[in-house]
Amino acid sequence: MERSSTPPGRGARPTAHELARYEALFASRTRGMKSSAMREMMALTERPDVISLAGGLPDTSTFPPELFERLMADVATHTARTLQYGPTEGMAATADCIAEVMAAEGTAIDREEVIVTTGGQQVIDLVCKTLIDPGDVIVAEAPTYPGAVPSFSAYQADVEQIEMDADGMPIDALEEKLDELARQGRRPKFIYTIPNFQNPGGVTMSLARRRRLVEVARERELLVLEDNPYGLLRYEGEPLPTLHSLDAAARDGASDLVIYLGTFSKILSPGLRLGWAVAPRPVLEKLNLCKQGADLCSSSVTQMFVAAYFAEEGAWLRHVERLCDLYRARRDAMLEALTDHFPAGSAWTRPEGGLFIWATLDERIDTTDLLALARSSEGVAFVPGRAAYMDGRGASSMRLNFAGIPEPEIREGIRRIGKAISDQLSLLGSLTPGAAAAAPAERAQDPADPQLADVVSLPRRPDRGRGRRRQDR
Amino acid sequence: MTDAPRRRVAVLKGGSSLERAVSLRSAAQVEDALGVLGHEVSGIDVEADLVEQLLALQPDAVFIALHGPQGEDGTIQSLLEALGLPYTGSGPAACVRGTDKALAKHLMREAGIPTPDFHSLRQRAIRDLGAGGALPSIEQRLGFPLVVKPARGGSALGVKFASSSSELPGAMVGAFSYDGTILIERHIRGRDLAVSVLGATGDTAEGDEARPPSDRRPQALPIVEAVPREEGFYDYESRYGIGMTTFVCPAELPEEITRRACDLAIEVFELLGCHGFARVDLMVDHETAELWVLETNVIPGMTETSLLPQAADAAGIAFEELVARMLESAFTR
Repeated sequence: MERSSTPPGRGARPTAHELARYEALFASRTRGMKSSAMREMMALTERPDVISLAGGLPDTSTFPPELFERLMADVATHTARTLQYGPTEGMAATADCIAEVMAAEGTAIDREEVIVTTGGQQVIDLVCKTLIDPGDVIVAEAPTYPGAVPSFSAYQADVEQIEMDADGMPIDALEEKLDELARQGRRPKFIYTIPNFQNPGGVTMSLARRRRLVEVARERELLVLEDNPYGLLRYEGEPLPTLHSLDAAARDGASDLVIYLGTFSKILSPGLRLGWAVAPRPVLEKLNLCKQGADLCSSSVTQMFVAAYFAEEGAWLRHVERLCDLYRARRDAMLEALTDHFPAGSAWTRPEGGLFIWATLDERIDTTDLLALARSSEGVAFVPGRAAYMDGRGASSMRLNFAGIPEPEIREGIRRIGKAISDQLSLLGSLTPGAAAAAPAERAQDPADPQLADVVSLPRRPDRGRGRRRQDR
Repeated sequence: MTDAPRRRVAVLKGGSSLERAVSLRSAAQVEDALGVLGHEVSGIDVEADLVEQLLALQPDAVFIALHGPQGEDGTIQSLLEALGLPYTGSGPAACVRGTDKALAKHLMREAGIPTPDFHSLRQRAIRDLGAGGALPSIEQRLGFPLVVKPARGGSALGVKFASSSSELPGAMVGAFSYDGTILIERHIRGRDLAVSVLGATGDTAEGDEARPPSDRRPQALPIVEAVPREEGFYDYESRYGIGMTTFVCPAELPEEITRRACDLAIEVFELLGCHGFARVDLMVDHETAELWVLETNVIPGMTETSLLPQAADAAGIAFEELVARMLESAFTR
């Protein structure tokens, strides 16, 4: 075949007619996948003049460069293996490292039940691919991980979200939802939860609720997808057992209802793109088949790197400790800045670990609009709360990342957001005569410091209707 | 394709507006087409060194593929006039009139062109003049539901419904996040139409004298209707998100409505003093079949799914030909 000297594609433009032709070819699942104006706005926050509290980034600058260099040099000596395909389920050496990480969280696993994935994100995709037919129900927390939303949408899942409080997902509310679904003849394919330092909520599921969730799953024979990227990033308080280990204990054997999702992204590096799932064998087999279709196997290079790193006695745990010290200070800086700069009537979570704080403002403020103002007039960015809901709720909340940037920038960023909120509230006040005048008196009557009260808990479950407005303004 | 002279064309794109991403996609398409047409193309992502870059490049023409503030509010156009560089599309005055929806609607109302009843408010007037006190009067005059939107800004961001007095302040604060002036507009329930208009070619090509005068008037392209896939979206953003709306072109409308919509679009094009091309958005009322003009876009999107290219395609004008015609507008002012 003769090759053309001009590169293909350029100049061969699809006309509107042709696009309509392709439109008809697109799978119906792509309809739920949309490029939203909000996402385009988020893209603008990556400019250097904007302080971004929006990312989900850990701080990778802490990894010693000389160690990185040494490990890579070591990996490079095993050319044949490093540059070769690996098994779909991952290299045995990687499974050993995974077992070590999970043991550090008090969870014993059978190495045969591990599949190494391309980031934890792939586990979400593979689990959906394995379990979800269009219209199937997934029960998730509200708010839920914004990055899971596109996966759920792509598989056309019907996502039911359970509003969390300071102790995570209330299991009685979960049971109510399960009963309601049962009355419609439906049962969820799985329950999706991030029990530790939830993204974006920042709350942790209490031990009692963990136990009860496992009981409910066992009573009703439901699968649970336990997403635990941050469990080891705990800055205070006692570590709590994983759902996987509680289920194993309840069964007196290996867990057979919990699919566990772990990742090296937050304890080591997201650039490695290495995560894993631990799953009951029949599920694992299907995950493996789905992964073969997706990418055959995860990178041998980065798996070898992880193995080399874990071979350094105690190095990874020391790194995690360093991260904890760093992030603890940053979290504290953000909490302090929130108290200093966010107006009364705002509420935020006080995470014991992880990367995120979830703040909720006066319900009349739409944080997508606030982001536009904060970006253009103050030069600061965050994730608007709506990204964490499937149905348009979350409009007055925001997710703030405290892990990715140094403390002075965190303080300045929060100060700027606080300024934008105050500007909007003062405008609201002048548009609703009477309310503005009443606010100070009402606040003075309140015996408890409303800010302190708000700090310790997520706001109550909002009413679906707009009947009961918060009266604290 | 006509044998147009090979020109050095600068394509202005990007910038820091909320529509940056759309602008970059538009520009990519336009740059390709200009290349196919045989021109020498330089894309410029608009930043603080724009003038420096233009002076260094000395283009024969500037193709403006910028959306949002600066790109379509007359800023860039005024600057290019100051530099003496020919550029595509409308001049500064039409840009100011088209981009400021409040101004455009005032002008349309004065000219007797139907536009939904509205009031515009400045944020400064709320602070300095206590304009918040006028809300009950506005509500009474316009009635609910109302649409609240920033006076400037092309995306659906900041556009909200208010179905009662209690929802109005929040919607207004949202809209003020994007612009210092907002519109509070009576909500029309109906079908969304877009009429793209191409200006008179105005060239002096052979045989031009023989053409009837009607050819020298702007030309309305086939109407595009935006049909939401499902009703009941919770906000404008979802409604206008990619994949949420299908576009039908030419729109299936009674002939009389089609003709009237095209006439209105051309009238608005001339009223605002547009040059080269523009897109006029209208609604046709579900119940009364009345037509209402909402706004005019002086820099319509040029992405693969944008409405102007779709309309041109339906009129048998290929993308390159459309881009060639848009480029010519730089030399016919």
